[in-house]
Amino acid sequence: MLDMKKTYVIIGGGVAAVGCAEGIRTTDKSSRVVIIADEGRAPYFRPLISYYLEGKTDLDRMRYRPEGFYSENGIEFINGKATAIDVKAHTVTLDGGRKIKYDAVCVAAGSSPFVPPMEGLDKVEKKFGFMTEDDALSLGDALFPDCRVLIVGAGLIGLKCAEGIVSRCGSVTVCDLAPRVLSSILDGEAASLMQARLEEHGIKFLLSDTAASFGPHTAFMKSGKTVDFDVLVLAVGVRANVSLVKDAGGSVGRGITVDCRMKTSLPDVYAAGDCTETEDASGGGVRVMAIMPNAAFGGRCAGANMAGGDAVFDCAIPMNAIGFFGLHALTAGTYEGELHEARGDGTLRRFYVKDGYLSGFMLIGDDEFTGAGIYTSLIRNRIPLDTLDFETLMQAPSVASFSPGYRSLNIEGWKNA
Amino acid sequence: MKRVVVNEKWCLGCHLCEYNCAFANSGLKDMAKALKGKPLFPRIRVLDGGDGITFAVSCRHCTDPICVRSCISGALAFRDGAVTIDKERCVGCFTCILVCPYGAISRDADGAVQKCELCLKNGTGAPACVRGCPNGALTYEE
Repeated sequence: MLDMKKTYVIIGGGVAAVGCAEGIRTTDKSSRVVIIADEGRAPYFRPLISYYLEGKTDLDRMRYRPEGFYSENGIEFINGKATAIDVKAHTVTLDGGRKIKYDAVCVAAGSSPFVPPMEGLDKVEKKFGFMTEDDALSLGDALFPDCRVLIVGAGLIGLKCAEGIVSRCGSVTVCDLAPRVLSSILDGEAASLMQARLEEHGIKFLLSDTAASFGPHTAFMKSGKTVDFDVLVLAVGVRANVSLVKDAGGSVGRGITVDCRMKTSLPDVYAAGDCTETEDASGGGVRVMAIMPNAAFGGRCAGANMAGGDAVFDCAIPMNAIGFFGLHALTAGTYEGELHEARGDGTLRRFYVKDGYLSGFMLIGDDEFTGAGIYTSLIRNRIPLDTLDFETLMQAPSVASFSPGYRSLNIEGWKNA
Repeated sequence: MKRVVVNEKWCLGCHLCEYNCAFANSGLKDMAKALKGKPLFPRIRVLDGGDGITFAVSCRHCTDPICVRSCISGALAFRDGAVTIDKERCVGCFTCILVCPYGAISRDADGAVQKCELCLKNGTGAPACVRGCPNGALTYEE
C-alpha cells in the first residue's frame, strides 16, 4: 500500500478486539493498531474462568493468543480506560486525559455485570462478580473448605461458577427469580433435567425467589427464607457497554447499533462483540447475542472494513453448548414455530420449524450430540427444510441429509460428478 | 495447502478409511492390537447418502473455520491451512460439535474432542485414509 500509515484504535481487550486487530492485519500490515484495555492482562478465554477454579486449566493456557503474537503482528496495548470518543476530532480520550487520534476506531467494550439495587449489599464483606480473571482469582482466594456460598443468578454465568467451585466449598446455594435454571436457553423439561444433575452434585436451589436484602452474612429472601453465607457471588445479568457510542451521539438500543459491516451510525466508528446488537439470523429480531463466535466473526469483519475492505457478517444467531457434570445442553436459534421432538435413550431433542426453515433447537442428554452443527448450519445458512430429509436428520444429523447439489456446491474439497 | 478430497462416485462404502484412521491414531504398531475388540474412534465416517451413494466425511479444514473461532479454550487452532486440536487444552464443552457444519468433530475416549489432523502429528506422514482407500474415493490434493 502506498497510503500514509493510519492509526486504528480498538477499545476493549477481549475476543472481538483481537479479532478486529487480526481483521485489520489481513489487508493492512503496516499501519498502527492500538488496543486500549483496562484489565491489565493479555486477552484470555473468558469462559475458562470457571474451569480455572475447577483446576482444569491454568492462567498460561487461558491466554487467547500465544506470547509474542501481539508484538509479531505490531499490535500495541495501552492499559487504560477509554472515557470518550470525539467523532469530529477523531480522538479517543483516556482516563487521565490523554487523547489518541484515530483514522478508524472499533468499540469492543464488552459488557458489565448488572447488579440491581439490593438493601444491605454494601455490608457484605466477601462479594464477587464472575466475569473476569480478576473476579475468579479473588473468588478463589476467598473460598475455604467449609465455606457457604450463595450465588445470585441461575444463568450460564452463575451455574458455571457453581460447578467450578462446589468441590472447594462446604455448600453452594443458587437463587434466581426465574422459576427454572438457564431460563434464557432451556424450557421447563430441559431445565428440570439440568437442575436434577446439579443437585446430584450437591448444589442447592432456591428458584422463583431472590434476595430482597442482606445482612453481613445473611440473605433475606423475598419468600421470607433466610440463607447464611460466607461468600456471595452476584451473577444476575450483564449489560452491554454502550456509553462511549451513546455519549458521542451514536445510535444504541440494548447494545450498540451496527449494520452487517459492523459500522455504527457514527462515521469511522465500528463496534463488535458483546457490546453490540445485531439482527438475529434465526428470526429473533435485533438483539444482543453475547457469545464468543459472534465476537470473533464480528471483530474480524469490523477490522477488515476499517482497513478498507468490504466484509459482511450477517449470520449471527444465539447458540450455546453448555454442560454440567456430564449432562450436555446444545441450543441455538429462536424457539418459535412448530415443535418437533425426538427422544432417545436419555436424550431429548426439540426443534422449532417456522415457514419451512429451522428456527431453533434444544438438545439435552448424556451425549455429545455428534453432528449437531448440521442443525446449526440449517439455521445460519437458511437452508429450506424441504430440500432434505428432516425426519431422519432429527435423530441422526449428517452430511448425508443434504442434497447432492448442496454437497458439491457448499462443502470444501468435495466432488460428486 | 493439501486437503483430503471426497469423490462420492468412487466410494465403495467399504469403511477401510475408518479402520486406517483409528489405527493410525492409536499410537500402536500392530493393527490387530489397536483395533480388535475395541471401540473405534475414527475421525472419518462413511455415510450412506441413499440411492447407492456412500461417501466418507472428515474435517474439511475450512478456510475460515467456525470451530476455531468458537472454541472457548484455544484447543482448536488454524495453522498453515490445517485445523488442529490440542487435547491438553480441550475442556470438553462441545461448542465445536455445536458449530461444525459437517459433523466432523466427535468425542474421543477421554471426553475431549477429536478430529482429522491430516495425519500430520501421528507419524503417518500422509493421511492414512487416503493411502488405504482402494478405489480413489479419497485423494490428497492441493
